[in-house]
Amino acid sequence: MTKSTYGPADARGIWVYLEHQEGQLEGVSLELLRQGRELADALQTSLTGLLLGYALGELPRLAVACGADVVLTADHPALQLYCTDAYTRAVTAMVQDGKPDVLLLGATPNGRDLAGRLAVRLRTGLTADCTGLSIDAARRLLRGDVVGFGGGIVATILCPEHRPQMATVRPGIFGQPEQHFDRQGDVRSFPVEPDPADARVRVLERSVSEGVDLTRAGAIVAVGRGARGDMAVLERLAELLHAEIGGTRVAADFGWIERERQIGQTGVVTAPSLVICCGISGAIHFTVGVDKAECVVAINTDPDAPIFEHADYCIVDDMFAVLPHLVEELAKAGALAG
Amino acid sequence: MSELHTIVCMKVVPMPEEVRVNQETMVLDRANARSIFNPPDMNALEMALKLKEQHGGSVSVLSMGPPFFEQYLRLTLCMGADHVYLLSDRAFGAADTLGTSRTLAAAIEKIGRYDLVLCGEESSDGATAQVPPGIAEWLDLPQVTYALEAELDPFNRRMRAKREIKGGHELLLVHLPAVASVKMGANEPRFLDWSLRPWGERADLVTVWALADLPVDLEEVGVAGSATIVDGVRQSKSPERRREMISGGAEAEARELFERIKHYLREQ
Repeated sequence: MTKSTYGPADARGIWVYLEHQEGQLEGVSLELLRQGRELADALQTSLTGLLLGYALGELPRLAVACGADVVLTADHPALQLYCTDAYTRAVTAMVQDGKPDVLLLGATPNGRDLAGRLAVRLRTGLTADCTGLSIDAARRLLRGDVVGFGGGIVATILCPEHRPQMATVRPGIFGQPEQHFDRQGDVRSFPVEPDPADARVRVLERSVSEGVDLTRAGAIVAVGRGARGDMAVLERLAELLHAEIGGTRVAADFGWIERERQIGQTGVVTAPSLVICCGISGAIHFTVGVDKAECVVAINTDPDAPIFEHADYCIVDDMFAVLPHLVEELAKAGALAG
Repeated sequence: MSELHTIVCMKVVPMPEEVRVNQETMVLDRANARSIFNPPDMNALEMALKLKEQHGGSVSVLSMGPPFFEQYLRLTLCMGADHVYLLSDRAFGAADTLGTSRTLAAAIEKIGRYDLVLCGEESSDGATAQVPPGIAEWLDLPQVTYALEAELDPFNRRMRAKREIKGGHELLLVHLPAVASVKMGANEPRFLDWSLRPWGERADLVTVWALADLPVDLEEVGVAGSATIVDGVRQSKSPERRREMISGGAEAEARELFERIKHYLREQ
């Protein structure tokens, strides 16, 4: 058996790897702090946040306010931008020093880049893109739920012998923590040394746009094949609802929406109060992305479309016939309110 | 640099919509599901074939799976690949990403000289995206995950790669050899070239390796080489919805719907 660098007997504590951008913790990192707090309480152990970067400023204090008992920081110019080699080395050193029982990361591109590399360096198990985390109290093991085969199946994964038990967590699944700035925590700085070998990868350029984050949207107008690329009335509807536009993989493949607006198994999982699904048939790959919505509306010409099984309000009609009237009602209401 | 050699890791997967869970045993039933190439692996192959067109050299396809994969893998020869390596042994089965990446890395070591290893970003059945960074770690090579584009500078043995990050992208300069995972849709995979059919049928272009052929121990592959176990599988449940029908013509439907959802407007 491939052995991890330490075993269950030596392991303790829940660790969460925190990503940040321009002085703010990423949404998924906040969610990790909340979920990590619950897991730590269930195991009666401590929650540690890992913060890597340069000039971290107030971030450690924020992590404590969000539930961390301990924050381990690696603050160094060489860590200013994420790069696999330097980050893997720093986190490996932290893990081998602190021997956590559980290490959670966000399932973002960089989170998964790091997690996949770390797990092999540490010779341990990694559960990918979890949509649920819980503690098996009897065995004191982390249970990670993962969705498979287009969303129809949930498998529960354990890592019984290897430590840390690693998992990446899908953004938007867990709620945000409350922030209590009077909470006390222990912030410790961890020494890091740059390695000249890291020059084998150089970041030449990085461009990050404001971007949309559908996991945070309060309302969503979702489009599918039935929209046939005609977005005008949908955009007007979104504007009146203060909603974001989202859609199916087909809509993204055709370029009607940007890829980051794709909802579902291979896109984002959303949790808005209201989502209006227009011209969407409702394959399970899509519906897993709106199952957490408070209210689902479906408009589709096909009465047998599975989307109607997943909707609170169902309209069997042409979206292009119904939506202009809905826009009109909303505009009237807006004019009254204004 | 001598001739460019790219190894593309590819997987044959069941069509997700045709996989069922046996309700009694809760075991996945793939028997009736048709197989396809994992879609982003086709983008990885296309990237490799384009690089071969630009710089010459050769493309090898590497896969791990049962013997029936061979008939699929031969199709890559008809697209322009030069050789196929299939790792097939019962000992490799049921591995998680730790065991799988170890096995693939051992095969890459055995193949020997290469400049670039390309994979799809993730598989449609496992969807972990963990195997490409795992391979890179076992081989101690630099990695580029979620690559959208790659340009080679063979003379300086370097690659410029654009990769996706949250809300944007970055441009990396990477020393070769390197491992990259390619984003689904990064390019338009080519069709089969039927004039290459005789090439695709040549016996000497497919090498099948079992455990004994690889520089790896039994304990490092398959179940033994894995750290995770599946503790249970269930059909995912969707929340119960009201499923209230609204009908009566477009205008009346819109009015009804507006009445039902208007309280969400005030919340914003």
